Amino acid sequence: MRRVLFSGKFIGVIQREANIDSDRAFKNILYISGIIVLILVLGIFVSLTLNSFPSIKAFGMRFLTGKEWDPVSREFGALPFIIGTFLTSFIALLISIPFSLAISILLGEYYKKGILSSTLNTTIELLSGIPSIIYGFWGLFVLVPIVRAFEIKFGISPYGVGIVTSAIILAIMIIPYSASLGREVISLVPADIKEAAYSLGATRYEVVRDVVMPYARSGIFAGFLLSLGRALGETMAVTMVIGNSNLLPSSIFAPGNTMASVIANEFTEATGNLYFSALIEVGMVLFLLTTVINIIGRIAIKKMAFEGGQ
Amino acid sequence: MNLLKIRTFKDKLFLSFVLLFALSSILPLFFIIFYLTKQGISAINWHFLVNLPKPVGETGGGISNAIVGTFLLVILASAFAIPIGIGAGVYLFEFRRSKLANVVRLSVDILQGIPSIVIGIIAYLWVVKRMGSFSALSGGIALGVMMLPIVIKSTEETLKLIPYSLKEASLALGVTYQRTILKVILPAGLSGILTGVLISIARIAGETAPLLFTAFGNPFMNINLFKPINSLPLLIYNYATSPYPEWHKLAWGASFILIIFVLLLNFIAKGIAKRWKVQF
Repeated sequence: MRRVLFSGKFIGVIQREANIDSDRAFKNILYISGIIVLILVLGIFVSLTLNSFPSIKAFGMRFLTGKEWDPVSREFGALPFIIGTFLTSFIALLISIPFSLAISILLGEYYKKGILSSTLNTTIELLSGIPSIIYGFWGLFVLVPIVRAFEIKFGISPYGVGIVTSAIILAIMIIPYSASLGREVISLVPADIKEAAYSLGATRYEVVRDVVMPYARSGIFAGFLLSLGRALGETMAVTMVIGNSNLLPSSIFAPGNTMASVIANEFTEATGNLYFSALIEVGMVLFLLTTVINIIGRIAIKKMAFEGGQ
Repeated sequence: MNLLKIRTFKDKLFLSFVLLFALSSILPLFFIIFYLTKQGISAINWHFLVNLPKPVGETGGGISNAIVGTFLLVILASAFAIPIGIGAGVYLFEFRRSKLANVVRLSVDILQGIPSIVIGIIAYLWVVKRMGSFSALSGGIALGVMMLPIVIKSTEETLKLIPYSLKEASLALGVTYQRTILKVILPAGLSGILTGVLISIARIAGETAPLLFTAFGNPFMNINLFKPINSLPLLIYNYATSPYPEWHKLAWGASFILIIFVLLLNFIAKGIAKRWKVQF
């Protein structure tokens, strides 16, 4: 009897130790999955830097300011693409702001529930779910002819494709993104400060202008930043409608190229080490740019959440 | 009195502007869906789904290779991203106060913001260059990297909804930590995690940029993971930018199928989130 009890205890100890071991192994697995993500991001940065090294060594800062992108004479300056990227993204942001603000205010303040709100919400979700290749395809066959007709009417050289066309497509693509962030931020505005304004006799417009907007400012700003980050890195839709010209764009109606679209167009055709590494350097610039903008945007959101929580 | 009138007028004017702008942003969706349906539906029939693409001039080509390729790429990406993603999501939740977890959380944010074309470059450098050829495997890895942050975030957010008492109850019964997570916590949050996975699949199924120099595209049927493979978005890109009207028609048909697939996944995800809501 004693022996049996003893061995039972003993087995219990062994079992417990096995459990502790397996728990430790399990925690290690979790830990490793977390570390993999960190290593992945560091690895991406290191790989981009190492592979763009030949180009960095050959051109230095001239890479960012050079206007010439000529694979034949092995001269690579990315200024046309940097300008193309910023032009398309900022114009897209400007176009999108009135629409996304209107949606945010409507859904965050006026109609938080009901048919209108759920229809609009569903539409926005669907719009953000459409793949960018389909936006590009649609843009190429529907939007480009429309833009071309406008250009003919106003006597601008009728390319159809170009910076403005890309900006319009990008605007359609980023509206859902900044609108859904803006809506959340606006619905976070506490009711008591709005009610305080109403009790002083303010109209709804005045409440939105003087209470809601100032309160939600940093969050809305963050939404714009994050959607800008998206527009900067968007590839396929832009590649299909921007016209793929490696010259500095002469006007906003001219064809151009963005950093993402030049990589998409030329990467598989890049002959020679320097050409290849110049394209990777373009990728690195794009990576750094979007990362910085994203981090600033997230900090702004965190700040907003913190203020809202108080 | 007059001032009040002006103020109420401004109030109404503002609301009408807000309504005008908000409602007009619905229009693009209708235009796109309408045009896509108009162009796409006539291209679709049984042959379209089971045949391979044919050279220019021959009628009756299909997109079977791209459909098979898309499924293969999605499976590859999921095999890579779902286990690591859920693991990292649990890690972020369980060790949320540690310094390393904050760094990992920042990396997830950065990873989510990386442009898809840059992910393509990375998969090219890490896989294609090393193996010496474009391959389905490299495309799957590129898509997996894009999927990862979405899975991690949805796992972490779901676990936040599960009450701590559930975990305590399990541990108090003497259940080991490993079993508590695998058999109590994760099943409790299953619907939330599943929603995240489906949304991430919907997202990557339509990605083209990371596949341009990894999966590359292939006019033939291929199920060899070490050979180039076609996918719906790649086929749409190649055919849409070609000068041949019959290829454009194929591309419209493929776009229609792709958008149905993506929207369906989104709807299913939404349905799961609504029906089996994570709540206590």
